[in-house]
Amino acid sequence: MTDTLQEEPLLIAEGLSKSYGRQLGCRDVSFELYEGEVMAVVGESGSGKTTLLNLLSTQIAPTAGRVLYRMRDGVTRDLAALGEAERRLLARTDWGFVHQDPAMGLRMGVSAGANVGERLMAVGWRHYGRIRGSATNWLHRVEIDPARIDDMPVTYSGGMRQRLQVARNLVTQPRLILMDEPTGGLDVSVQARLLDLLRGLTADLKLSVVLVTHDLAVARLLSHRITVMRQGEVIEAGLTDRVLDDPQEPYTQLLVASILPP
Amino acid sequence: MNAPVYNFAYLDEQTKRMIRRAILKAVAIPGYQVPFASREMPMPYGWGTGGVQVTASILGPDDVLKVIDQGSDDTTNAVSIRNFFIKTAGVRTTTSTGEATVIQTRHRIPEAALGEHQILVFQVPIPEPLRFLEPRETETRRMHALADYGLMHVKLYEDIARHGHIATTYAYPVKVDSRYVMDPSPTPKFDNPKMSNCAALQLFGAGREKRVYAIPPHTGVESLDFEDHPFERYRLDGTCAFCGANDSFLDEVITDDRGGRMFVCSDTDYCETRRSQSGAAETMAEASVPR
Repeated sequence: MTDTLQEEPLLIAEGLSKSYGRQLGCRDVSFELYEGEVMAVVGESGSGKTTLLNLLSTQIAPTAGRVLYRMRDGVTRDLAALGEAERRLLARTDWGFVHQDPAMGLRMGVSAGANVGERLMAVGWRHYGRIRGSATNWLHRVEIDPARIDDMPVTYSGGMRQRLQVARNLVTQPRLILMDEPTGGLDVSVQARLLDLLRGLTADLKLSVVLVTHDLAVARLLSHRITVMRQGEVIEAGLTDRVLDDPQEPYTQLLVASILPP
Repeated sequence: MNAPVYNFAYLDEQTKRMIRRAILKAVAIPGYQVPFASREMPMPYGWGTGGVQVTASILGPDDVLKVIDQGSDDTTNAVSIRNFFIKTAGVRTTTSTGEATVIQTRHRIPEAALGEHQILVFQVPIPEPLRFLEPRETETRRMHALADYGLMHVKLYEDIARHGHIATTYAYPVKVDSRYVMDPSPTPKFDNPKMSNCAALQLFGAGREKRVYAIPPHTGVESLDFEDHPFERYRLDGTCAFCGANDSFLDEVITDDRGGRMFVCSDTDYCETRRSQSGAAETMAEASVPR
C-alpha cells in the first residue's frame, strides 16, 4: 500500500448532488478512491446509493459537483468534459459495471464466449482464435467450465450468470469496477462462492471497486472502507472495521445492530 | 389515356426533389442512411417501394430501364415494376444489362461489369445492419455516429462458434469507404466484391423504413471478417445447365419429386447473352428441360 499512497487518487467525487425535481437523489457526496481500494456504499433502499453509482458512471448528469478520473496516461480529467466517444471507450476498456440483475449486464441472446469477447471486438480485436482463447481463459478464472463457452447465458444458473458478467467486465483489464448489489438474489452458498471469487480477483488485479450493497456482511468481507448513506447524504465514512465495530452515528448503530448474530 | 393521369414517373416534382436531395446527401456520405419522407406507392411495402421511389426520382425521358428480381427479368416483381414505369414514365425498357442506364434490382448485382453511365438501384427491406443485435433506433444511430461497430463482429463470432465458419450468406455486412457499416440489402455475399470500386453509382432505397443510402462510383467496400476466418464468396458447386457458365451465381431448380435438380444462372440476361454467343449448340439442352 505504501507506493499507492503516494499516487494520485484514481477517482474523485467532488460535492456530487442530484435532485429529480423536488425529489432528492443525493446531496454533496465527496470522496477519493485510490488504486486497489475497495469502497462499500451501504444504506437502506432509497438512500441514494444507486443514484451515486449512476453519477460515477456518467449515466446521469449531476445537478452539482463533478467526477474526476485519472486516465491511463496519468492525467486526471473531469468526466463531464469528455466527449461521448471517449466516455464510451473509457466505459468499455478501463471500467466495468456489474449489475444486480445479470440479464441487464449480459447479452442473453448470444453465447457466453461472445459475451466475454464483445469488449475485445469493440476495441478492435479481429482474430477469432485469440478472442476465443481469451474468453476461455476468463471463463476458467471465474470458475465456469470452458466446455460451456458456446452455451447461451439463459441456460446458466443465477450464480454462473453473475460470474459470467464479472468475466465479461474484466476481460479488458479495467482499473475501476462499479458493482450494484452483485450478490442480490443469490442464495447464501452461491453468494459465498461469488464473494470469494471477487475478493481474489480484486486483490490479484489490484482493482478499485465501488461496491453498492445493503448487506453489511458483504461490505465487511470485500471492502477496505465504508460509506454509510441515509436520505441522500453521507452520514458516516471510514475504515470498514472501524465503522462496523465502533459505529458513531445512531443510524449506523441501528444498521450494525440489525445484523442477525451468526 | 395514360399521360394526363400521372406526372412523369408517377411522383410529383416536389417529392422527386425531396428524394433527390436525400440521394445527394447519401452520395456525399457513403454508406450513411439518410432519412427521407417516403411516400405511399401503389404497391405493398416489401415489394420495392423504396427502390421504386429512388428510380422514379432519377429517371429521365432518355433513360433505358432494366428491372431484375433475383437476377431475373421475367419474374413477378420485375415485370410489374417494369410495367409500372412503362405506364407512368413511358421510358424505354430493356433486359440487356449493357444497354440499360438505370437498373433497379431486388437482391442481385448483374454478372456483367457495370459502367460509369449506369446507376444501380437496390430495393432494401431492412437498412439497419445492427437491427437484430440492437433493437433501439436511438442506440444504433449513436453507434453509427461513433463508429462503434464491435457488435457486428459479435454476430460473426456467433456464426463461427455455432457453425464453424461465417454462415451469413446474404445481407453480409460491409464497411463503406472505411467508415460506415452498411447492409448491402439481401444480396448473396457472392455479389459483395462487385460493390467495391464499382464504376456505376449504387443507390439503396428502403420505403417502409424511410431511408436512402449510397455507394458512389469507385468507392472501396470491404466485407467484415476475422483475420483467421476471412471473407469468402459463396457459390453452388456446379455449372449452368443452359449456358455452361462456371463463374456465375447459380439457382438450384428442382425438376421432379425424385431428387432431380439442375443449376441455372440466376442472372437471366447473362445466361442468354452467353447462349446467343455460343450459337445453337445449347438448344438441345434447353429443349430437354421443362420450363
